[in-house]
Amino acid sequence: MQTSTLVLVLLILAAVAYRAGRMRSLALVGGLKGASKLHSRPGYYGLLTALWCAIPALLVLGLWHAFDGRIVTDLVIGGMSAEVQALTPDQLSLVLNDVRNLVAGAIPAEMASPEARAAAARYVELQSLSGLAAAALCLSLALAAGAFVWLRISPSLRARNNVETIVRVALIGCSTIAIFTTIGIVISVLFESIRFFRQVPVTEFLFGLQWSPQMAIRADQVGSSGAFGAVPLFTGTLLIAGIAMLVAVPVGLFAAIYLAEYARRRVRAVIKPMLEVLAGIPTVVYGFFAALVVGPLLRETGESLGLAVASESALAAGLVMGIMIIPFVSSLADDMITAVPQSMRDGSYGLGATQSETIRRVVFPAALPGIVGGVLLAISRAIGETMIVVMAAGLGANLTANPLEAVTTVTTQIVTLLVGDQEFDSPKTLAAFALGLVLFLATLSLNIIALQVVRRYREQYE
Amino acid sequence: MATVPSDMARRTGGSLPDGGVQLDRSESAHRTVGDITAKNPVLVCRSVNVFYGDKHAIRDVNLDIAHNQVISMIGPSGCGKSTFLRCLNRLNDTIPTAKVTGSISLDGQDIYDKRQDPVQLRARVGMVFQKPNPFPKSVYENVAYGPRIHGLAGDRTELDEIVQTSLQRAGLWAEVKDRLDAPGTALSGGQQQRLCIARTIAVNPEVILMDEPCSALDPIATARIEDLIDELQQNYAICIVTHSMQQAARVSQRTAYFHLGDLIEVGSTDQIFTNPRHKLTEDYITGRFG
Amino acid sequence: MNDPALNPAAAENRAQRTRRLVEQSLRRRYRAERRFRAYGIMAVALGLCFVGFLFSSIISTGWTVFQQSYLRLDVSYAADVIDPDGSGDLETIGNADYSGLIKAAMRKQFPDVEGRGNLRDLYRLASDGGQFDLRERVLRDPDLVGKSETLWVLADDRVDLYMKGRIDRELGEDVRGLTDQELGWIDRLVADDRLEKRFNRSFFSNGDSREPEQAGVWGAVVGTFLTLALTLLLSFPIGVAAAVYLEEFAAKNRATDFIEVNINNLAAVPSIVFGLLGLAVFIQLFGLPRSAPLVGGLVLTLMTLPTIIIASRAALKGVPPSIREAALGMGASEVQTVMHHVLPLAMPGMLTGAIIGMARALGESAPLLMIGMVAFIVDIPHGFTDPATVLPVQVYLWADSPERAFLERTSGAILVLLGFLLIMNATAVILRQKFERRW
Repeated sequence: MQTSTLVLVLLILAAVAYRAGRMRSLALVGGLKGASKLHSRPGYYGLLTALWCAIPALLVLGLWHAFDGRIVTDLVIGGMSAEVQALTPDQLSLVLNDVRNLVAGAIPAEMASPEARAAAARYVELQSLSGLAAAALCLSLALAAGAFVWLRISPSLRARNNVETIVRVALIGCSTIAIFTTIGIVISVLFESIRFFRQVPVTEFLFGLQWSPQMAIRADQVGSSGAFGAVPLFTGTLLIAGIAMLVAVPVGLFAAIYLAEYARRRVRAVIKPMLEVLAGIPTVVYGFFAALVVGPLLRETGESLGLAVASESALAAGLVMGIMIIPFVSSLADDMITAVPQSMRDGSYGLGATQSETIRRVVFPAALPGIVGGVLLAISRAIGETMIVVMAAGLGANLTANPLEAVTTVTTQIVTLLVGDQEFDSPKTLAAFALGLVLFLATLSLNIIALQVVRRYREQYE
Repeated sequence: MATVPSDMARRTGGSLPDGGVQLDRSESAHRTVGDITAKNPVLVCRSVNVFYGDKHAIRDVNLDIAHNQVISMIGPSGCGKSTFLRCLNRLNDTIPTAKVTGSISLDGQDIYDKRQDPVQLRARVGMVFQKPNPFPKSVYENVAYGPRIHGLAGDRTELDEIVQTSLQRAGLWAEVKDRLDAPGTALSGGQQQRLCIARTIAVNPEVILMDEPCSALDPIATARIEDLIDELQQNYAICIVTHSMQQAARVSQRTAYFHLGDLIEVGSTDQIFTNPRHKLTEDYITGRFG
Repeated sequence: MNDPALNPAAAENRAQRTRRLVEQSLRRRYRAERRFRAYGIMAVALGLCFVGFLFSSIISTGWTVFQQSYLRLDVSYAADVIDPDGSGDLETIGNADYSGLIKAAMRKQFPDVEGRGNLRDLYRLASDGGQFDLRERVLRDPDLVGKSETLWVLADDRVDLYMKGRIDRELGEDVRGLTDQELGWIDRLVADDRLEKRFNRSFFSNGDSREPEQAGVWGAVVGTFLTLALTLLLSFPIGVAAAVYLEEFAAKNRATDFIEVNINNLAAVPSIVFGLLGLAVFIQLFGLPRSAPLVGGLVLTLMTLPTIIIASRAALKGVPPSIREAALGMGASEVQTVMHHVLPLAMPGMLTGAIIGMARALGESAPLLMIGMVAFIVDIPHGFTDPATVLPVQVYLWADSPERAFLERTSGAILVLLGFLLIMNATAVILRQKFERRW
């Protein structure tokens, strides 16, 4: 049975359970006239029955689907020859791929080996068996749970309270998803990273100056162990993020100051949204802009000045990233500046300060903690930004501080290592997760510090 | 909050929410009772009107403010006394909708004249605000702020000296001399307000405007500020807005009574409090409304 | 009081000094004031310039995508080519050599062209994609076999570039990509009204293709729609539920604080990290298919949840406590109060937040690269598990393509993407203005 049909059947069952529960509660007290004898409104009895009918069955179905693929695969492998079972995980995954393709009809049956064909047949068989088992289990569970509650319905059953408890538990479950996401991120990058660090020492990864992850295919080949020294990646990331901040911080800050302190209300109402358009543009558009407009423009300008500018220069990526971050900085700074109480400005004007003196010497220092928090968040965003650098920065890991040369970044390398067909468990694939771990930790600490600073600042003036 | 107040006003029959009494507001402004002039005036205000957008906040006020004298401005809340005070150093300029007409002259020069620079004016007419508003800087930097921006000190020792004498004259030196680097916001409320006064006198103004300087302070801190005002009076013209009639009686030589944008009565403080000539003044003094 | 500093005459002198010094400083200070103000104006102007430059460069390269060059050819559906045995069998008809028909039509147009090489050049003026149109026409109406009709078929991307003025005639043959002979043919076709720019149907109905003139955004649009539909379906209810719990029910304790910190932090985690999560958990652990809108939707759900939760909480905060007190006072339970009174009042704000979250998800591409939505996919996806790509990733793929004609496609796809974003943001603004209620 198809999963979607199964879900549909379960929902229909739940609807039936609702009616049944409601009818039974009414029947117990002699119809609608006796409804006041019930602890809760009749609908709640129906709802309780329906929830009990649907929720456990759906949960089981979800769990089943999360794991049946693996179990089926394991069983298929178990049924294959000892020869196949002795293969390395890499080769095994290739064989499995063949079997799956065979099942999906992506490769004609004539092209496959008899063993693969047999495995495919077994795969199909197991899959349909699994589907049937899931259907049987879920439906019987739904019926059993529904019937259990239905039988327990009595006028004194606190149906509303029970339903509300279920609702509350569901709400709690939803709000903990954020925690599970964080845990999921940590576990998924941490485990793969640990496997990576078993093959490549942590010290080499963190302090090595050579990065060339393209592994040789044969073990005896020269340079067969790729180099995984990530320092050029870190410097490249910092270089591009630094250029971005050099663009975004002054422009964003001055724009915010002008709009918050000088501009008239109407001018502000027009210009502020126009600048914020920059924040709504997808990063891939910036990437396109950096790679195909700004990059060539810089190279030509460099040529006419007699400078050698790489077409994938750090400058191009950094500049465009800076443009992207301008509205981020300016709207945060704007918030912080407007949070400075008017009495500060009055105090300064009252002493005869000009407007710029007031801004520079009173408003800005007062808003500084908040602005610093905002800038930290902006840096975290610059470090984690992917599309611009994937499209506009280079792939070669140069250890340089020259913005006119091409550098590569952590995010670029993650994408390059993971896009396309990957071999499982090769250091190359695992390295991407190690880089992800570094990226996550770096942005996490920046975010936590920044959010803390901003929160303290807000509390100060509230 | 857009709809609620109007609903409330309708329900309570149009009287103001704060219980203010309706005054017969004829077209012509009220003629002030008492002598508006003063000997040795520093600020001379003639037919001053202030508008906030459509609202006529101050109506045709005439008043002199004299050297070495404290004048207090009293009246029910919303009567325009603070607005009037803010006209005297053009702090209303920072509110885009505010408009001031009439003439206010400082030593014979109109402060709303095009040639008059607001920066220079505010250096000469200092202001202390209702809520202590020290800058988020150290005590030292708070006091040094004015001299620094105006370039009043040639070098560091001179600046140190200005800071010290200002703090001494504000009666704060003894309390803060060991923690000049502590943030100004770390002081107590009364100390903060004296710091703001020190900040103001560090610029050597001619007039000090005080907008309810004690309303946020406890009685002991208030008493200290009042003593300070007494001392400062020897050197400055002081104009204080206050809610407290007792305070006005204690610190000022002259008193002006404002009501709904009109200057009702001016006179010596003794006369106003013992023998008010206008009915509204009397009602206010005797506590009929406030 | 015999301190000389407090002597009125000294005070007078000090005031004089202040006046003098302030007057001296004024010019310098007003210059600084003007300079500072100029910096502000410059920053704003620079920001606006960036906006203008960005849009003008995208629009100027992209607006031509709405038109495409088509050739008007007299195609004869020769029975001996399409259905040699006259059986009318659809499979035979489907497998016929339609590109041969186009070649024949081209030959008929230029009977004077001879020689293998020359003919090959001639055929290359028409796009390879025309044959699919012909095939579809015949399959839809098999009676066409044996007849002939005049049709507009797709021209090659080089012809299209020339027609749009992006190839300079004056350049050398090797640089411009069109030979003199080909240019001559093009001129003749134009003169005969047989080559012109028409509305670009294929761009809005095709999937991806290696040939620029056949590449379209429809596949990516459908993929985007499927992915975002799943994202909305999952993230909105979950986000609202989480916000309701945190805002209405949760006690202020460590656990709640921890959840809050997590949400705020997740909102600032780089999107690519969510891609790693999706790859490790959904694909490698759960064995869900790669490149599928299903996984894309799940990853984007996790990514947009914090945004939706934060916006929904703000909307709930905006509902005044008096409403809750009134409902509780009537004897409603807490859950009833929230479900019947608070939630409906906060709904417009929550919807606005959801749309903004969706707009952000629409522009996201980095995590989708991780889960394989970058594959070259020609077919239009039909379900959540079909391989698919999304608009921003399509932009990324085309931006990487070497053919010049893809530049225009890329900008065109960006315009489509920005169009969708504009619609979503405008909806959010209208929603906010229409339902905004001040308490």
